[in-house]
Parts: sequence; C-alpha cells; structure tokens
Amino acid sequence: MLIAATIALALLMTACGNDSSTTDSTPGGGPITVFAAASLTSAFKEIGSAFTAAHPGASVTFSFAASSELVTQINQGAPADVFASADQSNMTKLTDAKNSAGAPVVFATNSAQIIVGPGNPKGITGVADLAKPDLIVVSCAAEVPCGKYSAQILDKAGVTLTPRSLEANVKGVVAKVTLGEADAGIVYTTDVIAAGDKAAGVVIPPALNVVAQYPIAVTKTSAHRAAAQSFVDFVRSAAGQKILTSNGFGTP
Amino acid sequence: MTRPRTAPLPLPIVALAVAAVCFFALPLIGLLWRAPWSHAWTYLSDDATATALRLSLVCSLWAMVLSVVFGVPLAWLLARAQIPGRGVLRALCTLSMVIPPVVGGVALFFSLGRRGLVGQYLDRWFDIRLPYTTAGVVVAQTFVSMPFLVITVEAALRQMDTRFEDAARTMGAAPGYTLRRVTLPTIRPALIAGAVLAWARALGEFGATIMFAGNFPGTTQTLPLSVYLSLESRPEAAIIQALILVAISFAVLIGLRDRWLGAGPATAQVVR
Repeated sequence: MLIAATIALALLMTACGNDSSTTDSTPGGGPITVFAAASLTSAFKEIGSAFTAAHPGASVTFSFAASSELVTQINQGAPADVFASADQSNMTKLTDAKNSAGAPVVFATNSAQIIVGPGNPKGITGVADLAKPDLIVVSCAAEVPCGKYSAQILDKAGVTLTPRSLEANVKGVVAKVTLGEADAGIVYTTDVIAAGDKAAGVVIPPALNVVAQYPIAVTKTSAHRAAAQSFVDFVRSAAGQKILTSNGFGTP
Repeated sequence: MTRPRTAPLPLPIVALAVAAVCFFALPLIGLLWRAPWSHAWTYLSDDATATALRLSLVCSLWAMVLSVVFGVPLAWLLARAQIPGRGVLRALCTLSMVIPPVVGGVALFFSLGRRGLVGQYLDRWFDIRLPYTTAGVVVAQTFVSMPFLVITVEAALRQMDTRFEDAARTMGAAPGYTLRRVTLPTIRPALIAGAVLAWARALGEFGATIMFAGNFPGTTQTLPLSVYLSLESRPEAAIIQALILVAISFAVLIGLRDRWLGAGPATAQVVR
C-alpha cells in the first residue's frame, strides 16, 4: 500500500513538476508565463504578440482564470513569472505570502456598465431601470468581485434589485444576456466590448460607478525575472496602454 | 489469503489496482484532512446549506423518476425494436453524457429557453418558462443523467435470456403482463443500478444547471452550486457542504450494493 502510494506520488510529481532547471541563456529574453485575470484575455493576447514582436527571442505563455484562482495557484507553487490581478485584494494575497518580487503597480482600470441586448430592446437608460418588475435581470453573486461592485453601485443609486440568478462569475451574466435569456445585468465595460455586436452597453455615470484597479507584479519565484520585468514595463508603456484602452480599459 | 481456492493474482496487477484505490481515496482523504471539524456543526446547521441540500435532494429525485419513466421505454426501444439507424438514435440519446455540461446548458437555452426553438411557444402559448425555475433544474439534471440509466438498462435487456419472455407468451401471458412479471424483474438489478447512477449524476450536476436554470437560493441553487460559490468567500463552509454530498452518495452506493445488487439472480423466482 505504502509502496504503491509512493509510486503514485512520484508519478504525479514528475507529471506536474515544472522544469525550472532550464535557466535561459538570453538575458532579458527567455520564456515567461503570465497569470492574468480572465477579463484581460483579449487585451493581453494582443499585448503578448506586440511584446514578442518587439523583443525577438522572447516568448510569453498565458494562463487566464479568476484572479482568486490564480493567486491560490501561485501561492501553492504554480510556475508564474507575472501576476496581473483584477483587484487589489487578490494581489494582497500574493504580497502577504511574500511571493511578489517588488511592489505591485496599477496598470489599468475597469469600470462597470449595464449589459443589454443588441440595440437595447427594453430601452434601459440607467441603474434605476433595473428594478422594473418586467425585466429579467441577472447579477453576479456577492461572493465574486463583480457582485461586490454591483452591490456598491446599486447601493449608491438606492436601487433594490430582484435578480433571477446570482451568477458565479461575470461571464455567466454576459452569456445569459447575449443568449437572450436575460434582459440586463451589471458587468465590466471590457465585457460589453468583448461581446461585440451580441450585446450593447448602457453607461453608468461616474458618480454611481465603481472603478476596479488592476495591479501587476513579477513573482518572487520567477526564473526569468528580467524578461518578466520587461513584460510588465511593456504593459505600462504607451504601446501597451493603447491596446488596453482599445479593449475598454481605463488608464490609471 | 482467506480464499485459498482462488489463484493468487499477479503482483503487477495488485500493484496497479492498489494505485487505483489510492487515486480515488487520496482526494477524499484530502477533503477530510482539510475539513474544519471544530466548526463543522455551524456550517451543517447553516440555513443556506440546509436549503441547498433540500433542493438538491428534491431535484435529483425528480430527475431520477423522470429518467426511469422515459428512460426504460427508450432503453427497450433501443434494445428490442427493429428500426433503421438505431446506432445513430442511441448516440443521439446518450450524447448529453459526453458533451460538456455547460454546452448542454446552452443547448437547452436554444431549445427550451424563452427564445428557444420550442421554448418560445411554451412561453407564448402555455406561459411556461423553464430558465430560472426549479423545474428548469430538474430538466437540466434529467438531460445529463438519463443516459446513465438508458445504457445500463439497454445492456441488461440485450443480455437477458429472451426464452423466459417467449415461454410466458406461449403460455398466454399478455405483453403487459410479461413485461411486468418477467422482463422487469429479470433486469431489476440493472434497473436499480441505472436509476442510482442517474440519481448520483443528477445530484452532482453543476454546469448545465447553472447555465440553464441559473443560481438563486431556494429556487435553483443546488448544493454543488452552493459549494462552488462558497469556495470564493468561505472555503471552510464549501468543504463541509462537499462532504455532505460525498457522505450521501457514499451511503447510497454502499447500501445499494448490499441491499439490492447482492440479492442473487432473480430469474429463478420468476420462472417458477
């Protein structure tokens, strides 16, 4: 039993272990792995190709997921060189665990919008309209960041919502609205832009809106710290910021 | 060792089998290891957990009942009827077992949602709306779980000795009587196993449910959905909720084995 368990463990470890022995010979280059919040998917893919075009020899691999999942993975030893979070609290989990190489910097902001069907068929003009009883409104659950932001916005607007579903993530809200099974929901501006012509957005005025801050940091365990830092610098450069803006992000 | 009459198994096979046992046991031990035992009762007596558990049990039992009511005739059709394209039909009816559940949820939207192929008429003519309702949860769970019953029962119907049915018929038993007194008792172990498999799959259903029925406490938030959301905010509660699901499934699987499947061949009683 014990022997078999040891064999199984050894097999698992060889299967999952990251090969950190391959240190790069090209200073400033080398392959890096970027763990980024799911909302950064399309922007960071663009930034990745622009970065490798500007830095021959560099290569970037992305892992996109919820910030909370990513920070848990890094703190459990996942091989990330850069972590880009959709909120400060998950970045704090990284710095608290002393897994950040330096102080994180905010590189982008994201505000909230009301997502509606193409052409806004229900004529929604603002947050107050979401309380209309004949609308099917879905919301993010209070447990996830977009749910916290939604609650703050509704609180500021003095609107009480009766959502039909509390989605586990922002993509759930987007999916239900783009599939036509819900009339509206509060999501990030970037989600509305990513949905293209399958959805439209209704702007929430700055007085009611909540601005999410996106911090980025090089991890302490990075085997290619120079390359990781040059990726972070590129994200914060004019070229990187331009890509982020075109995807709906705000500049810090 | 206790049964000297059986030949000893080759060591490599034993080693692989033990590795397989560890593979299944380790994650469970991991859950038990991380469980917050000192606070367990607080989470167990939690209203949200109780509500989600009740909904899970009600919906999964409904899904099992619907799976039996529709699945047994379907299995019979697939096993016995001489119809062209039976292979295609079988693949179609078990497809929901292999497609990702979230995709299944989207497909249910396209068919039974308020803009769906059939759903728009259900809405317009009968005022029936499935998304965001408990009935929607049952539909999603039945969609993914019925194939487990169908393939189990179909296999049993194919393997069963049809001479018993022939004998009953030649002695003048009506088809309905033969079905009730010969066919169903013969396949009883498979029927029960299939129903429990379907029930267990429905109990653990997540992807299709959250997509098609959404997530709202009391109406559509089943225990797996509650576990997933709790992981974000209170992981300790999530572990306790997960262990409840594991304990229920475990108890049923063990009980099933001893009470129903170990009962020996039922055919002997039937022909008597």
